[in-house]
Amino acid sequence: MNLTTALARLLIFPGLLFAVPFAWFFLWTERKAVALMQGRIGPPFMQPFYDFIKLLGKDTPPRTGVGGMLMKLWPLIAVSAAAGAVGLLPVLPSSGGFEGDLILLLALLELPSMCIIAAGFSSRSIFGEIGSAREAVLSVAYNVVFLLAIVSIAASQHTFRLEALAQLPASPLRWLGVLAILVCLPAKLHINPFSLPNAEQEIYSGPMTEYAGPELAMWELSHGLEWVAATGLVATLTAPYIGIWWLAILVFLALSCLVVLLLSVVAAATARLAIDTTVRFYWQVTLIFAVLAVSSALFMRLRS
Amino acid sequence: MNLWTKLMCYSRRRSPWLFHMNGGSCNGCDIELIASLTPRYDAEQLGVRLEGSPRHADILCVTGPITHNAVNAIKTVYGQVCGPKAVIAIGSCPATTNVFIDSRTLAGPLNKHLPVDVFVPGCPPRPDAIIQGVAKAAEILAERAAKKQPVDPVVMPLVGPGCGGACACGAKSEPAAEEVKL
Repeated sequence: MNLTTALARLLIFPGLLFAVPFAWFFLWTERKAVALMQGRIGPPFMQPFYDFIKLLGKDTPPRTGVGGMLMKLWPLIAVSAAAGAVGLLPVLPSSGGFEGDLILLLALLELPSMCIIAAGFSSRSIFGEIGSAREAVLSVAYNVVFLLAIVSIAASQHTFRLEALAQLPASPLRWLGVLAILVCLPAKLHINPFSLPNAEQEIYSGPMTEYAGPELAMWELSHGLEWVAATGLVATLTAPYIGIWWLAILVFLALSCLVVLLLSVVAAATARLAIDTTVRFYWQVTLIFAVLAVSSALFMRLRS
Repeated sequence: MNLWTKLMCYSRRRSPWLFHMNGGSCNGCDIELIASLTPRYDAEQLGVRLEGSPRHADILCVTGPITHNAVNAIKTVYGQVCGPKAVIAIGSCPATTNVFIDSRTLAGPLNKHLPVDVFVPGCPPRPDAIIQGVAKAAEILAERAAKKQPVDPVVMPLVGPGCGGACACGAKSEPAAEEVKL
Protein backbone atom coordinates (compact mmCIF):
# COMPACT_ATOMS: atom_id res chain seq x y z
CA MET A 1 0.00 0.00 0.00
CA ASN A 2 1.66 3.27 -1.07
CA LEU A 3 0.99 6.71 0.37
CA THR A 4 -1.67 7.73 -2.19
CA THR A 5 -3.84 4.67 -1.70
CA ALA A 6 -3.38 4.87 2.06
CA LEU A 7 -4.55 8.51 2.06
CA ALA A 8 -7.41 7.74 -0.29
CA ARG A 9 -8.54 4.90 1.96
CA LEU A 10 -8.26 7.03 5.08
CA LEU A 11 -9.95 10.14 3.69
CA ILE A 12 -12.35 8.98 0.97
CA PHE A 13 -13.35 5.34 0.93
CA PRO A 14 -13.92 3.58 3.30
CA GLY A 15 -12.48 6.42 5.41
CA LEU A 16 -13.88 9.75 6.54
CA LEU A 17 -15.90 10.90 3.50
CA PHE A 18 -17.82 7.63 3.45
CA ALA A 19 -17.71 6.74 7.13
CA VAL A 20 -19.01 9.98 8.67
CA PRO A 21 -22.43 9.92 6.90
CA PHE A 22 -22.67 6.23 7.65
CA ALA A 23 -21.78 6.83 11.29
CA TRP A 24 -24.79 9.16 11.49
CA PHE A 25 -26.90 6.70 9.55
CA PHE A 26 -26.04 3.87 11.95
CA LEU A 27 -26.70 6.06 15.00
CA TRP A 28 -30.11 6.90 13.50
CA THR A 29 -30.79 3.22 12.68
CA GLU A 30 -30.08 2.26 16.26
CA ARG A 31 -32.36 4.94 17.74
CA LYS A 32 -35.09 4.29 15.19
CA ALA A 33 -34.99 0.52 15.70
CA VAL A 34 -35.22 0.92 19.47
CA ALA A 35 -38.12 3.37 19.01
CA LEU A 36 -39.98 0.99 16.70
CA MET A 37 -39.45 -1.88 19.11
CA GLN A 38 -40.99 0.26 21.86
CA GLY A 39 -43.99 1.19 19.70
CA ARG A 40 -42.81 4.75 19.06
CA ILE A 41 -42.14 6.53 15.78
CA GLY A 42 -38.67 7.67 16.68
CA PRO A 43 -36.31 10.42 15.54
CA PRO A 44 -36.30 11.80 11.98
CA PHE A 45 -33.70 10.54 9.50
CA MET A 46 -31.32 13.50 9.84
CA GLN A 47 -31.42 13.57 13.66
CA PRO A 48 -27.76 12.63 14.41
CA PHE A 49 -26.65 15.24 11.87
CA TYR A 50 -28.78 17.95 13.54
CA ASP A 51 -27.44 16.92 16.95
CA PHE A 52 -23.88 17.16 15.66
CA ILE A 53 -24.37 20.62 14.13
CA LYS A 54 -26.17 21.89 17.22
CA LEU A 55 -23.40 20.64 19.51
CA LEU A 56 -20.79 22.37 17.34
CA GLY A 57 -22.60 25.67 17.99
CA LYS A 58 -22.68 25.37 21.77
CA ASP A 59 -20.26 26.90 24.26
CA THR A 60 -17.84 24.83 26.30
CA PRO A 61 -17.07 25.53 29.95
CA PRO A 62 -13.69 27.20 30.42
CA ARG A 63 -10.96 24.65 31.03
CA THR A 64 -7.48 25.51 32.22
CA GLY A 65 -4.18 23.76 32.68
CA VAL A 66 -2.97 20.40 31.48
CA GLY A 67 -6.21 18.69 32.53
CA GLY A 68 -8.22 21.03 30.31
CA MET A 69 -5.90 20.45 27.36
CA LEU A 70 -6.15 16.69 27.82
CA MET A 71 -9.94 16.91 27.98
CA LYS A 72 -9.93 18.64 24.61
CA LEU A 73 -7.46 16.12 23.19
CA TRP A 74 -9.14 12.80 24.11
CA PRO A 75 -12.19 13.11 21.80
CA LEU A 76 -9.94 14.10 18.88
CA ILE A 77 -7.70 11.05 19.41
CA ALA A 78 -10.79 8.85 19.65
CA VAL A 79 -12.22 10.20 16.38
CA SER A 80 -8.97 9.82 14.47
CA ALA A 81 -8.39 6.28 15.79
CA ALA A 82 -11.91 5.20 14.86
CA ALA A 83 -11.57 6.80 11.40
CA GLY A 84 -8.25 5.01 10.91
CA ALA A 85 -9.87 1.71 11.87
CA VAL A 86 -12.60 2.24 9.26
CA GLY A 87 -9.95 3.14 6.67
CA LEU A 88 -8.23 -0.22 7.17
CA LEU A 89 -11.29 -2.31 6.30
CA PRO A 90 -10.78 -4.20 3.02
CA VAL A 91 -14.09 -3.29 1.38
CA LEU A 92 -12.95 -2.97 -2.22
CA PRO A 93 -11.53 -6.09 -3.93
CA SER A 94 -7.72 -5.93 -4.33
CA SER A 95 -7.57 -2.77 -2.25
CA GLY A 96 -4.11 -3.49 -0.90
CA GLY A 97 -3.18 -3.76 2.73
CA PHE A 98 -0.15 -5.17 4.44
CA GLU A 99 0.84 -8.13 6.55
CA GLY A 100 -0.41 -7.57 10.10
CA ASP A 101 -3.00 -4.87 9.39
CA LEU A 102 -5.49 -6.91 11.44
CA ILE A 103 -3.38 -6.20 14.52
CA LEU A 104 -3.31 -2.47 13.70
CA LEU A 105 -7.09 -2.53 13.23
CA LEU A 106 -7.56 -4.13 16.65
CA ALA A 107 -5.31 -1.53 18.28
CA LEU A 108 -7.20 1.33 16.60
CA LEU A 109 -10.54 -0.18 17.62
CA GLU A 110 -9.31 -0.29 21.21
CA LEU A 111 -8.04 3.32 21.31
CA PRO A 112 -11.47 5.05 21.61
CA SER A 113 -12.31 3.05 24.70
CA MET A 114 -8.88 3.90 26.18
CA CYS A 115 -9.66 7.56 25.44
CA ILE A 116 -13.02 7.26 27.19
CA ILE A 117 -11.32 5.84 30.29
CA ALA A 118 -8.74 8.64 30.28
CA ALA A 119 -11.39 11.29 29.59
CA GLY A 120 -13.49 10.25 32.57
CA PHE A 121 -10.52 10.42 34.90
CA SER A 122 -9.22 13.73 33.56
CA SER A 123 -12.67 15.34 33.90
CA ARG A 124 -12.30 14.87 37.71
CA SER A 125 -16.04 14.39 38.08
CA ILE A 126 -17.08 11.64 40.47
CA PHE A 127 -19.53 10.28 37.90
CA GLY A 128 -16.85 10.35 35.21
CA GLU A 129 -14.49 8.44 37.46
CA ILE A 130 -17.07 5.76 38.26
CA GLY A 131 -17.89 5.47 34.54
CA SER A 132 -14.23 5.17 33.62
CA ALA A 133 -13.63 2.51 36.24
CA ARG A 134 -16.57 0.55 34.85
CA GLU A 135 -15.31 0.96 31.30
CA ALA A 136 -11.88 -0.30 32.36
CA VAL A 137 -13.32 -3.39 34.07
CA LEU A 138 -15.61 -4.02 31.11
CA SER A 139 -12.86 -3.69 28.51
CA VAL A 140 -10.62 -6.14 30.41
CA ALA A 141 -13.54 -8.59 30.48
CA TYR A 142 -14.69 -8.48 26.86
CA ASN A 143 -11.30 -7.92 25.23
CA VAL A 144 -10.01 -11.33 26.28
CA VAL A 145 -12.87 -12.98 24.41
CA PHE A 146 -12.69 -10.52 21.50
CA LEU A 147 -8.95 -10.98 20.96
CA LEU A 148 -9.11 -14.77 21.37
CA ALA A 149 -11.85 -14.89 18.73
CA ILE A 150 -9.76 -12.81 16.31
CA VAL A 151 -6.66 -14.92 17.03
CA SER A 152 -8.61 -18.11 16.37
CA ILE A 153 -9.82 -16.76 13.02
CA ALA A 154 -6.36 -15.61 12.03
CA ALA A 155 -4.70 -18.84 13.18
CA SER A 156 -7.15 -21.04 11.32
CA GLN A 157 -6.48 -19.15 8.07
CA HIS A 158 -2.72 -18.73 8.65
CA THR A 159 -2.67 -14.96 8.12
CA PHE A 160 -2.91 -11.64 9.94
CA ARG A 161 -3.69 -9.81 6.72
CA LEU A 162 -7.26 -8.52 6.50
CA GLU A 163 -7.58 -8.74 2.76
CA ALA A 164 -6.42 -12.34 2.68
CA LEU A 165 -8.89 -13.17 5.45
CA ALA A 166 -11.69 -11.50 3.51
CA GLN A 167 -10.84 -13.43 0.34
CA LEU A 168 -10.51 -16.90 1.85
CA PRO A 169 -13.71 -18.93 2.05
CA ALA A 170 -15.16 -19.00 5.55
CA SER A 171 -14.50 -22.13 7.57
CA PRO A 172 -16.85 -23.35 10.35
CA LEU A 173 -14.24 -22.14 12.81
CA ARG A 174 -14.52 -18.63 11.46
CA TRP A 175 -18.26 -18.61 12.11
CA LEU A 176 -17.55 -19.55 15.71
CA GLY A 177 -15.13 -16.63 15.92
CA VAL A 178 -17.64 -14.22 14.33
CA LEU A 179 -20.23 -15.35 16.87
CA ALA A 180 -17.80 -14.59 19.71
CA ILE A 181 -17.10 -11.14 18.18
CA LEU A 182 -20.84 -10.46 17.96
CA VAL A 183 -21.24 -11.28 21.65
CA CYS A 184 -18.51 -8.74 22.45
CA LEU A 185 -19.88 -5.92 20.26
CA PRO A 186 -22.61 -4.64 22.65
CA ALA A 187 -19.95 -4.13 25.31
CA LYS A 188 -17.60 -2.48 22.83
CA LEU A 189 -20.32 -0.09 21.62
CA HIS A 190 -21.74 0.59 25.12
CA ILE A 191 -25.28 -0.48 24.29
CA ASN A 192 -27.67 -2.57 26.36
CA PRO A 193 -27.26 -5.04 28.06
CA PHE A 194 -23.69 -3.82 28.65
CA SER A 195 -24.24 -0.04 28.69
CA LEU A 196 -22.53 0.21 32.06
CA PRO A 197 -20.02 3.05 31.50
CA ASN A 198 -22.65 5.54 30.32
CA ALA A 199 -25.54 4.26 32.47
CA GLU A 200 -27.62 7.43 32.48
CA GLN A 201 -30.03 6.45 35.24
CA GLU A 202 -27.19 5.60 37.62
CA ILE A 203 -24.16 7.78 36.95
CA TYR A 204 -25.52 10.57 34.70
CA SER A 205 -23.44 10.12 31.52
CA GLY A 206 -20.40 8.42 33.00
CA PRO A 207 -17.11 9.60 31.48
CA MET A 208 -18.98 12.11 29.25
CA THR A 209 -20.61 13.94 32.18
CA GLU A 210 -18.38 17.02 32.04
CA TYR A 211 -18.20 17.24 28.24
CA ALA A 212 -20.20 19.85 26.33
CA GLY A 213 -20.48 21.46 22.94
CA PRO A 214 -17.99 20.59 20.17
CA GLU A 215 -16.10 18.12 22.39
CA LEU A 216 -19.31 16.16 22.97
CA ALA A 217 -19.98 16.33 19.23
CA MET A 218 -16.59 14.65 18.66
CA TRP A 219 -17.48 11.92 21.16
CA GLU A 220 -20.77 11.29 19.34
CA LEU A 221 -18.89 11.13 16.05
CA SER A 222 -16.29 8.72 17.42
CA HIS A 223 -19.09 6.55 18.77
CA GLY A 224 -20.68 6.48 15.31
CA LEU A 225 -17.35 5.68 13.66
CA GLU A 226 -16.85 2.87 16.15
CA TRP A 227 -20.19 1.49 14.99
CA VAL A 228 -19.03 1.61 11.37
CA ALA A 229 -15.65 0.00 12.17
CA ALA A 230 -16.99 -2.73 14.44
CA THR A 231 -19.90 -3.74 12.22
CA GLY A 232 -17.63 -3.40 9.17
CA LEU A 233 -15.16 -5.86 10.71
CA VAL A 234 -17.96 -8.42 11.09
CA ALA A 235 -19.16 -7.65 7.56
CA THR A 236 -15.71 -8.20 6.01
CA LEU A 237 -15.26 -11.46 7.91
CA THR A 238 -18.64 -12.84 6.85
CA ALA A 239 -18.96 -11.47 3.28
CA PRO A 240 -18.14 -13.85 0.43
CA TYR A 241 -15.37 -12.71 -1.93
CA ILE A 242 -16.82 -10.59 -4.76
CA GLY A 243 -14.68 -9.30 -7.60
CA ILE A 244 -16.98 -6.49 -8.77
CA TRP A 245 -16.31 -3.34 -6.74
CA TRP A 246 -19.83 -1.89 -6.57
CA LEU A 247 -21.34 -5.24 -5.66
CA ALA A 248 -18.69 -5.67 -2.96
CA ILE A 249 -19.62 -2.26 -1.50
CA LEU A 250 -23.33 -3.09 -1.60
CA VAL A 251 -22.84 -6.45 0.15
CA PHE A 252 -20.60 -4.76 2.74
CA LEU A 253 -23.24 -2.12 3.46
CA ALA A 254 -26.09 -4.64 3.61
CA LEU A 255 -24.19 -6.87 6.04
CA SER A 256 -23.19 -3.88 8.20
CA CYS A 257 -26.80 -2.70 8.37
CA LEU A 258 -27.91 -6.21 9.29
CA VAL A 259 -25.43 -6.30 12.20
CA VAL A 260 -26.57 -2.82 13.33
CA LEU A 261 -30.20 -3.96 13.28
CA LEU A 262 -29.36 -7.14 15.19
CA LEU A 263 -27.49 -5.20 17.88
CA SER A 264 -30.29 -2.60 18.14
CA VAL A 265 -32.90 -5.30 18.62
CA VAL A 266 -30.76 -6.87 21.35
CA ALA A 267 -30.34 -3.42 22.94
CA ALA A 268 -34.08 -2.72 22.88
CA ALA A 269 -35.01 -6.15 24.21
CA THR A 270 -32.64 -6.25 27.17
CA ALA A 271 -32.10 -4.29 30.34
CA ARG A 272 -28.74 -3.21 31.70
CA LEU A 273 -26.86 -5.86 33.66
CA ALA A 274 -24.94 -5.11 36.82
CA ILE A 275 -21.15 -4.92 36.55
CA ASP A 276 -20.50 -8.17 38.43
CA THR A 277 -22.98 -10.08 36.26
CA THR A 278 -21.36 -8.65 33.13
CA VAL A 279 -17.85 -9.58 34.18
CA ARG A 280 -19.02 -13.05 35.18
CA PHE A 281 -20.77 -13.42 31.83
CA TYR A 282 -17.61 -12.70 29.87
CA TRP A 283 -15.13 -14.54 32.08
CA GLN A 284 -17.22 -17.63 32.83
CA VAL A 285 -19.61 -18.16 29.94
CA THR A 286 -18.12 -16.66 26.79
CA LEU A 287 -14.48 -17.34 27.58
CA ILE A 288 -15.06 -21.10 27.33
CA PHE A 289 -16.19 -20.76 23.71
CA ALA A 290 -13.30 -18.47 22.86
CA VAL A 291 -10.76 -20.87 24.37
CA LEU A 292 -12.43 -23.74 22.47
CA ALA A 293 -12.17 -21.78 19.23
CA VAL A 294 -8.49 -20.98 19.75
CA SER A 295 -7.53 -24.47 20.79
CA SER A 296 -9.31 -26.06 17.84
CA ALA A 297 -7.69 -23.52 15.51
CA LEU A 298 -4.25 -24.39 16.87
CA PHE A 299 -5.07 -28.10 16.70
CA MET A 300 -6.13 -27.83 13.06
CA ARG A 301 -2.97 -25.91 12.31
CA LEU A 302 -0.81 -28.64 13.89
CA ARG A 303 -2.57 -31.34 11.88
CA SER A 304 -2.31 -29.57 8.53
CA MET B 1 -28.03 35.37 7.49
CA ASN B 2 -25.41 33.10 5.97
CA LEU B 3 -25.73 29.40 5.28
CA TRP B 4 -23.99 28.25 8.48
CA THR B 5 -26.29 30.35 10.70
CA LYS B 6 -29.31 29.04 8.84
CA LEU B 7 -28.15 25.46 9.34
CA MET B 8 -27.49 26.19 13.03
CA CYS B 9 -31.00 27.65 13.49
CA TYR B 10 -32.50 24.64 11.77
CA SER B 11 -30.49 22.18 13.88
CA ARG B 12 -31.25 23.94 17.18
CA ARG B 13 -34.95 23.82 16.42
CA ARG B 14 -34.73 20.09 15.77
CA SER B 15 -32.48 18.92 18.54
CA PRO B 16 -33.58 20.18 21.96
CA TRP B 17 -31.92 18.18 24.73
CA LEU B 18 -33.56 18.55 28.12
CA PHE B 19 -32.32 18.49 31.67
CA HIS B 20 -34.98 17.97 34.29
CA MET B 21 -34.66 19.76 37.63
CA ASN B 22 -37.06 19.28 40.51
CA GLY B 23 -37.49 22.40 42.66
CA GLY B 24 -39.67 20.90 45.37
CA SER B 25 -42.34 19.55 43.09
CA CYS B 26 -45.08 17.15 44.22
CA ASN B 27 -43.87 14.81 41.42
CA GLY B 28 -47.02 15.36 39.30
CA CYS B 29 -45.28 17.49 36.65
CA ASP B 30 -42.23 15.19 36.71
CA ILE B 31 -44.46 12.25 35.82
CA GLU B 32 -46.04 14.23 32.98
CA LEU B 33 -42.60 15.23 31.65
CA ILE B 34 -41.57 11.58 31.53
CA ALA B 35 -44.95 10.71 30.00
CA SER B 36 -44.19 13.02 27.07
CA LEU B 37 -41.27 10.73 26.16
CA THR B 38 -43.29 7.52 26.29
CA PRO B 39 -44.78 5.76 23.22
CA ARG B 40 -48.10 7.64 23.34
CA TYR B 41 -46.60 11.13 22.98
CA ASP B 42 -43.09 10.25 21.72
CA ALA B 43 -41.26 13.58 21.94
CA GLU B 44 -38.22 11.97 20.29
CA GLN B 45 -39.89 12.73 16.96
CA LEU B 46 -38.86 16.35 17.57
CA GLY B 47 -35.34 15.26 18.49
CA VAL B 48 -35.98 15.62 22.22
CA ARG B 49 -33.62 13.71 24.45
CA LEU B 50 -33.66 13.70 28.24
CA GLU B 51 -29.99 14.03 29.20
CA GLY B 52 -28.34 12.87 32.37
CA SER B 53 -25.86 15.72 32.62
CA PRO B 54 -26.71 19.45 32.56
CA ARG B 55 -23.56 20.01 30.49
CA HIS B 56 -25.21 18.23 27.54
CA ALA B 57 -28.54 20.00 27.79
CA ASP B 58 -29.96 22.98 25.88
CA ILE B 59 -33.15 23.42 27.83
CA LEU B 60 -33.55 23.35 31.61
CA CYS B 61 -36.99 22.07 32.64
CA VAL B 62 -37.87 23.16 36.18
CA THR B 63 -40.83 21.80 38.12
CA GLY B 64 -42.04 22.69 41.60
CA PRO B 65 -42.50 25.92 43.59
CA ILE B 66 -38.73 26.40 44.31
CA THR B 67 -38.12 25.74 47.98
CA HIS B 68 -35.33 27.45 49.95
CA ASN B 69 -33.41 24.19 49.80
CA ALA B 70 -33.63 24.02 46.01
CA VAL B 71 -32.70 27.61 45.07
CA ASN B 72 -28.93 27.26 45.17
CA ALA B 73 -29.01 23.87 43.45
CA ILE B 74 -31.11 25.29 40.62
CA LYS B 75 -28.79 28.27 40.21
CA THR B 76 -25.76 25.94 40.12
CA VAL B 77 -27.37 23.70 37.53
CA TYR B 78 -28.38 26.73 35.43
CA GLY B 79 -24.72 27.78 35.47
CA GLN B 80 -23.65 24.31 34.39
CA VAL B 81 -25.88 24.31 31.28
CA CYS B 82 -23.75 25.63 28.43
CA GLY B 83 -25.08 28.47 26.32
CA PRO B 84 -27.18 29.09 24.30
CA LYS B 85 -29.76 27.83 26.75
CA ALA B 86 -33.42 28.23 27.61
CA VAL B 87 -35.48 27.61 30.73
CA ILE B 88 -38.96 26.13 30.81
CA ALA B 89 -41.12 26.42 33.93
CA ILE B 90 -43.31 23.32 33.86
CA GLY B 91 -46.59 23.54 35.77
CA SER B 92 -48.21 26.32 37.73
CA CYS B 93 -45.86 26.00 40.73
CA PRO B 94 -42.67 27.53 39.26
CA ALA B 95 -44.76 30.26 37.60
CA THR B 96 -46.81 31.42 40.60
CA THR B 97 -46.02 28.98 43.47
CA ASN B 98 -49.63 27.85 42.98
CA VAL B 99 -51.41 26.65 46.16
CA PHE B 100 -48.23 27.00 48.21
CA ILE B 101 -48.26 30.79 47.84
CA ASP B 102 -46.98 32.77 50.88
CA SER B 103 -45.46 29.63 52.41
CA ARG B 104 -42.39 30.44 54.49
CA THR B 105 -40.51 27.45 53.06
CA LEU B 106 -40.60 28.84 49.52
CA ALA B 107 -38.23 31.12 47.65
CA GLY B 108 -40.25 30.99 44.41
CA PRO B 109 -41.54 31.80 41.89
CA LEU B 110 -38.80 30.71 39.49
CA ASN B 111 -38.45 33.95 37.53
CA LYS B 112 -37.18 35.69 40.67
CA HIS B 113 -34.01 33.61 40.28
CA LEU B 114 -33.61 32.59 36.62
CA PRO B 115 -34.67 34.18 33.32
CA VAL B 116 -37.58 31.94 32.30
CA ASP B 117 -38.31 31.67 28.57
CA VAL B 118 -41.44 29.53 28.45
CA PHE B 119 -44.15 28.96 31.03
CA VAL B 120 -46.26 25.82 30.62
CA PRO B 121 -49.24 26.26 32.96
CA GLY B 122 -51.35 23.44 34.36
CA CYS B 123 -51.51 21.42 37.54
CA PRO B 124 -50.08 19.25 36.14
CA PRO B 125 -49.80 20.32 32.48
CA ARG B 126 -50.65 17.69 29.92
CA PRO B 127 -47.75 15.97 28.11
CA ASP B 128 -48.80 17.53 24.78
CA ALA B 129 -48.66 20.99 26.39
CA ILE B 130 -45.16 20.20 27.64
CA ILE B 131 -44.07 19.08 24.17
CA GLN B 132 -45.52 22.30 22.73
CA GLY B 133 -43.56 24.28 25.30
CA VAL B 134 -40.34 22.43 24.44
CA ALA B 135 -40.90 23.14 20.75
CA LYS B 136 -41.42 26.83 21.58
CA ALA B 137 -38.23 26.90 23.65
CA ALA B 138 -36.32 25.26 20.80
CA GLU B 139 -37.60 28.03 18.51
CA ILE B 140 -36.32 30.62 20.99
CA LEU B 141 -32.92 28.88 20.95
CA ALA B 142 -32.91 29.05 17.15
CA GLU B 143 -33.66 32.78 17.30
CA ARG B 144 -30.68 33.18 19.61
CA ALA B 145 -28.53 31.51 16.97
CA ALA B 146 -29.68 34.20 14.54
CA LYS B 147 -28.69 36.82 17.14
CA LYS B 148 -32.22 38.06 17.60
CA GLN B 149 -32.94 38.81 21.23
CA PRO B 150 -36.36 37.43 22.21
CA VAL B 151 -38.44 39.94 24.14
CA ASP B 152 -40.83 38.59 26.76
CA PRO B 153 -41.23 35.12 28.22
CA VAL B 154 -43.83 33.05 26.39
CA VAL B 155 -46.83 31.68 28.27
CA MET B 156 -48.22 28.61 26.55
CA PRO B 157 -52.02 28.29 26.31
CA LEU B 158 -53.63 26.04 28.88
CA VAL B 159 -54.53 22.71 27.30
CA GLY B 160 -57.74 21.35 28.84
CA PRO B 161 -57.76 19.40 32.08
CA GLY B 162 -57.69 15.68 31.81
CA CYS B 163 -56.23 12.43 32.71
CA GLY B 164 -55.46 11.00 29.26
CA GLY B 165 -58.56 8.83 29.50
CA ALA B 166 -57.07 6.80 32.32
CA CYS B 167 -59.83 7.50 34.88
CA ALA B 168 -63.62 7.46 34.71
CA CYS B 169 -64.09 11.21 34.08
CA GLY B 170 -65.36 10.59 30.58
CA ALA B 171 -62.49 12.21 28.68
CA LYS B 172 -61.83 10.39 25.44
CA SER B 173 -58.42 8.88 25.12
CA GLU B 174 -56.45 10.72 22.48
CA PRO B 175 -55.17 9.08 19.31
CA ALA B 176 -51.79 7.37 19.37
CA ALA B 177 -48.60 9.18 18.37
CA GLU B 178 -48.62 10.71 14.92
CA GLU B 179 -45.84 12.24 12.92
CA VAL B 180 -45.38 15.80 14.20
CA LYS B 181 -43.86 18.42 11.89
CA LEU B 182 -42.23 21.48 13.36
